[in-house]
Amino acid sequence: MSYGFVALYAALTVAFGILPTLYAVYLAFTTGEGGFAGLDNFTKVIGDFRFLPAVGHVAFYLVIWLVSLVVLVTLLALVVHTIRWRWLSSTLRLVFYLPGALAGASSVLLWLFVLDPTASPVGGLLRFLGLDSFVQVIVPGNLPPIFAIIAFWTGAGGWIVIMYGALNNISLEVIEAARIDGAGPAQIAWRIQLPLLRKWISYMGIMSLAAGTQLFVEPQLLSQASNAVVPNDYSLNQLAYQYAFQQNDFNGAAAISLLLLVIALVLSAFFVMRGGLFETD
Amino acid sequence: MTTRQVPRPGTRRASVSGWSGRTIMAVVVLVFVLFFAIPIVWLLLASTKSARGLLVDNPFAPGSLGGLTANSEALFGFGEGEVTTWVGNSALYAVGALVITLIASIPAGYAMALTRFRFRRLLLILTLVVMLIPNTALVLPIFLELNTVGLIGSPLSVILPMSFFPFGVYLTYIYFSTSIPRDLLAAARVDGCREFQVFTRIALPLAAPIVALVAFFSFVQSWNNFFLPFVMLPSSDGYPIQVGLTSLLASTPAFNPSSAGTQSIQLPTLALATVISVLPVLIVFLFSQRFLVAGMTAGGTKE
Repeated sequence: MSYGFVALYAALTVAFGILPTLYAVYLAFTTGEGGFAGLDNFTKVIGDFRFLPAVGHVAFYLVIWLVSLVVLVTLLALVVHTIRWRWLSSTLRLVFYLPGALAGASSVLLWLFVLDPTASPVGGLLRFLGLDSFVQVIVPGNLPPIFAIIAFWTGAGGWIVIMYGALNNISLEVIEAARIDGAGPAQIAWRIQLPLLRKWISYMGIMSLAAGTQLFVEPQLLSQASNAVVPNDYSLNQLAYQYAFQQNDFNGAAAISLLLLVIALVLSAFFVMRGGLFETD
Repeated sequence: MTTRQVPRPGTRRASVSGWSGRTIMAVVVLVFVLFFAIPIVWLLLASTKSARGLLVDNPFAPGSLGGLTANSEALFGFGEGEVTTWVGNSALYAVGALVITLIASIPAGYAMALTRFRFRRLLLILTLVVMLIPNTALVLPIFLELNTVGLIGSPLSVILPMSFFPFGVYLTYIYFSTSIPRDLLAAARVDGCREFQVFTRIALPLAAPIVALVAFFSFVQSWNNFFLPFVMLPSSDGYPIQVGLTSLLASTPAFNPSSAGTQSIQLPTLALATVISVLPVLIVFLFSQRFLVAGMTAGGTKE
């Protein structure tokens, strides 16, 4: 009878989890004619002149994004948690959290406006930084921080709310005991709250690392909006897309997808087994 | 945990309790409030302005109701009312996926929490692993798969993959394993309930909170999904609004000078399109902060 309850979900898991993965493995190791290709597809895509730059772009973006995410989200959650006025604390969390509603294309579009000095609400700030036109804003060197800012703006609030929730779970007695012993707010944050948040911080870091390797919509839209000043093979996922849809090379596309999927799977499996955050009974 | 710290003489302690510490914190918070709020406030105002007003007026001066009407006429008049089609498609995909997700995940989470069967643990671990990988990671492999069965371009090519929602199953699993005592089910069985009746008569009536939670996450994720429909639906008739935005962007001369023509979109119209593309999710979000905490901390081990 239990099988009846799980049948539909199990079917979806097979159809959209297991089968596509196996099929991508099959494609990645075969030629267009179906013969065994060994590692040829992988050496081909890794040897592609666009591959290493794409890895570099994504890596640079990830470093900026992850560092700012971990530092700022933790800091803001701690600061908001010290606020005693309930209305202020909950309003702040709502303000931080609302941009999360604008995911994907919507947030990128919004940031195109913000980054275009002629229309931007912070045009003065952009000009102060010496950026007088949209093209100057989106020079290649600026892109990783720009994507990091967009991702931070969209995603940080949700994590702040979650960290805040985790901070609320720390027992008041522990904090009170520390205070009686003469610890100031900074010491309490550093020595008590931070160690207890560690699991959540590493959860956030790993989820964000996995998601960040998938960078697609931001450079894709920016490429379109800049008349290809931003190339359309800026990130790895875009390159995989180019292989599939411009070159009709499904084997190459599968090889790149598989590389990305393996990274995500390894990170996720590691965290499920070792993170201690999820119940597997 | 050492809570007893004996300050040694001569060690300086960092403190944010003083006047200067509080000022620094207030400034930090203010800077981030501006950072998070300005773009949204500005976007809402921009959608009420004229193209000229957007460029020359104070960025935070509101436009006019007339401006908003003009922009929405321009937006919904784009193509042959394509924007309406796209919003309708978004609703179809998100609601379709939501319904299938609920039908699939609620019983599955229930069975994994409260019954025993072979492969149960395998399915549970698989659920966790897939739940934690980004949902874009499987898009191209799913495309390659559906391409061989000729489903590309059909609404099913986005609805079905969206309905595979391991996170929903995990939430349901945690809910049933923590909030329904096994004894209750055992008692029902003794009273002669068949397994299916145990589920429909005992478990389902208690499941309202988890149905709402799964529905929230599923809807938000499907509505905002870009990469999947972008890859699966080549024809603009099938776009959801998220992908439709790229068409509008391509027709905006400010960002794409080659597009100046009869079908061109002005900046405030594009701003309005952005607002409309997120409106349902924004409304849901306004009331859902506690959903987020409840969902993301579900099963998180207690400290």
